Amino acid sequence: MFDSLISFAFLSQTLRISIPYALPAIGGTFSERGGVANIALEGILLIAAFATTVGTFWSNDPLIGICCGVGAGMVTAFLHGIISVTLKADQIVSGIAINLLAIGVTKFSCQLIFNSSSNSARIVGMEKWNFPSSIPLLENPFVAGTVVVLIIAHVVLFRTRFGLRLRSVGEHPAAAESLGINVSRVRHAGVLISGVLAGAGGAWLAIDQHSFTDGMSAGRGFIALAALIIGKWTPLGAAGACLLFGCAESISIQLQSSFHGLQFIQLIPYIITMFVLAGFIGRSIPPATIGIPYEKEKH
Amino acid sequence: MKPLLPFILVGILLGYSGCTKKSSEDQKPEVLKVGLVFDVGGRGDKSFNDAAFRGLVRANKELSVEYEYIEPGSGVDREAALRQMASRDNISLIFGIGFIFTDDITNIAKEFPAKKFACIDYTYDSLKQLPSNLVALEFKEEEGSYLVGVLAALLTKTNTVGFIGGMESPLIKKFERGYFSGAKSVNPKCDILVGYAGITGDAFKNPGKGKELALGQISHGADIIYHASGVTGLGVIEAAREQQKLVIGVDSDQYHEAPGYILTSMTKVVDIAIFETIRATIGGTFIGGHARIFDLKSKGVDYVYDDNNKNLIPEHIHQQVEQIRNKIISGEITVSSQ
Repeated sequence: MFDSLISFAFLSQTLRISIPYALPAIGGTFSERGGVANIALEGILLIAAFATTVGTFWSNDPLIGICCGVGAGMVTAFLHGIISVTLKADQIVSGIAINLLAIGVTKFSCQLIFNSSSNSARIVGMEKWNFPSSIPLLENPFVAGTVVVLIIAHVVLFRTRFGLRLRSVGEHPAAAESLGINVSRVRHAGVLISGVLAGAGGAWLAIDQHSFTDGMSAGRGFIALAALIIGKWTPLGAAGACLLFGCAESISIQLQSSFHGLQFIQLIPYIITMFVLAGFIGRSIPPATIGIPYEKEKH
Repeated sequence: MKPLLPFILVGILLGYSGCTKKSSEDQKPEVLKVGLVFDVGGRGDKSFNDAAFRGLVRANKELSVEYEYIEPGSGVDREAALRQMASRDNISLIFGIGFIFTDDITNIAKEFPAKKFACIDYTYDSLKQLPSNLVALEFKEEEGSYLVGVLAALLTKTNTVGFIGGMESPLIKKFERGYFSGAKSVNPKCDILVGYAGITGDAFKNPGKGKELALGQISHGADIIYHASGVTGLGVIEAAREQQKLVIGVDSDQYHEAPGYILTSMTKVVDIAIFETIRATIGGTFIGGHARIFDLKSKGVDYVYDDNNKNLIPEHIHQQVEQIRNKIISGEITVSSQ
């Protein structure tokens, strides 16, 4: 029964399920390291998935669709940035507002474009892509892309000047500003990066499913948030946590066919999450000023 | 806080205006107006809800009734949607599409005794009295599922077939049981893999999960998968297309979702049930308080065999399935729904 877990199908399924968790989680790391809590990831995923569907539907080219999705993710994140960085509103409230807005906007537009507020028409997807690769796991361009993104994200955050500045405005914005760093601009950049990556995650959802379904993000944005906390606000840690969630979900899918006891099988992902949270991770310390808008000092 | 208020308001407004639609603006009181609330998954599921919508459109064309529909989002919206329809003066017949409406529509029917109600797949409890203004429209899914189970078990090359359900519930268990008994009756050695997308209504609108479940079953050797899972099934069909396997569609003829990969579909005449109920209401012959059963005999459930899928089903196997159909109709075979 458990031999099914040591197979190629299991491994590739784990990776596929992890993608829409990992991309927003890595993105969220940038936003939160800069001091902007981003619970809008869920809404960004949803809007990006819808934009990808519409872009692909009209152009018949998944690449254009993905660009639309990433663009829409960026725009949505920018909105979050405007509200919470420029206007200094509460970041959690702004995130909730964006999540609500995403549900409404996508349903409304879906009705206008596809004449159903629940489902879009079918779009072309990735099966027509020819991604040159000799390693079968990397056949899926999104898997390869996520790995590349992960490495770049880690290097940018911990090995570049921008990364240092981003982390400093999250830890001590006043000190950063005293060194001539434009706190608002750096925070905006962090939020935008989270929008781009969460947008890519939404694009994957739509491309993989070949359509848009209302509410198709299904809480993945929040799982991504949990992953980045478990991963201690680092891209590598967040991606590792996502892999764990993906693995747990894949186990429950693979075991369903052999087991009769659905409720228990469906508990597996949650049980694993609880164990990991309780035992193996240790204390997870957030960036010092997360959730606190930065007010310039008055001179 | 202030700058956020507009976003929240706009979001809520858009959400609501997105789900209701009027078919026409001018309202003549003498024309029958029908309200319909869709199941989880909504329009465009190419299956259950779309079958219901076909019935509505046909009634609009042939009986010139007017209609209004709501595609509810989450669970809480369903009762509100029914109530909204029921409290409108010009709507006199209200449909709830799906077993998930059972409790809500019973309560609303009692609350609005002057209106007529009909519920597809109502979970009928013989111990409880149905309100006299509510008709339950039931289908013998187990009979149709039995036939496609026979077909799958005769055609599988790997001796492994799959079943993927949406929400694990008594209704979907009927599909599974029928399919299981049908498959075992002709091929006792056949392996039947079973998967469900979840235990809530949202399990009917999760194509991503459907696709992964199907890929999982295919990696275990299944070469024909029967789905009874609404929009989730679109993911099952996607997986079959990717892996060159066969799917048995459900509720509507799903051939056009993936031509060449749809072995057949277990059809439920939800459209006819709705059309007939509307016609009965117009003719004054609407009778509530009972369950109307659509079975294999009355062609209320069936499987598709036509020019599209003829080449996937060899003639002798088709004959064999037809013989079993006749035995079910004559009562020689009884299909248990438990």
